Amino acid sequence: MSVNLELLDTVFEPTEAYVVGREKVREFASAVFATAPIHHDVDAAIAAGYSDVVAPPTFPIVIQEKTLQQLLSHPGAGIDFSRVVHGDQKFEYQRPLVAGDEVVAKLRVTKIQSLGGHTMVTSESTITTTAGEPVVVATSTLVIRGEEG
Amino acid sequence: MSTLWEGRDIGDVLTEDSVELSRDSLVRYAGASGDFNPIHYRDDVAKSVGLEGVLAHGMLTMGLAVAPAPAWLGDRGFVSSYQVRFTKPVYVPAEGAVRIAVSVSLAKVDEPTEGSATLALSVSTQDGTTVLGKAFVVVSPR
Repeated sequence: MSVNLELLDTVFEPTEAYVVGREKVREFASAVFATAPIHHDVDAAIAAGYSDVVAPPTFPIVIQEKTLQQLLSHPGAGIDFSRVVHGDQKFEYQRPLVAGDEVVAKLRVTKIQSLGGHTMVTSESTITTTAGEPVVVATSTLVIRGEEG
Repeated sequence: MSTLWEGRDIGDVLTEDSVELSRDSLVRYAGASGDFNPIHYRDDVAKSVGLEGVLAHGMLTMGLAVAPAPAWLGDRGFVSSYQVRFTKPVYVPAEGAVRIAVSVSLAKVDEPTEGSATLALSVSTQDGTTVLGKAFVVVSPR
């Protein structure tokens, strides 16, 4: 199985709307040792100028993951999931996600590169509110290890 | 925001912290994130794909490494960009824990009018292995 190079520039359908939940933010924050009060305490978040608890910076992976599943399970992609390693990750934020946000994500394949028998697939998942406000762009590079590796 | 950088030089360490990761931490992160890849809780599955054993989710390491930034920024700014390269696996023993040290230093200050700055993260396990490369956080005024 090898990666289908025609994936480049493919844009997937937007994911179903995801509502950022207050308890999910707290649970995720605890799991990444993020103890800042703005992630847990509504009053602290409001005092800092937000409408509700603030999601930690890597929280958007939860939403991006839904788009990566679209990519990995796409029948024409030719990606062998058991050979996939996460190479690079980047988030670029307009603002942090906040509990109560309702968002959708749309993935585009931006780069496919072969290097030393491995294939690197880079994709950008643009996360916007259902009202159309851009919030964060999450970019992942997945390394698909070569067959002999 | 400028007060954040006043008196600081490029290369100054702004904050240092360390976290202990055990198998419990991985299970907690799996549930919180929805990433239930068994290489993060089953040694046999991890070994079958050529790993030494159960390893931490890369996104858990990425998440804990940036955790001090919002606390340190308070309401003076927000994380406007965050990137890492996953360079080495973080193996987590069935008993005990692995300690991950995070050091945040000032890498670059943008022009005063912009008020944003780039922080470099150094993230390593207790044996000195760097587990995240090219790890940079940009913080910007709100």
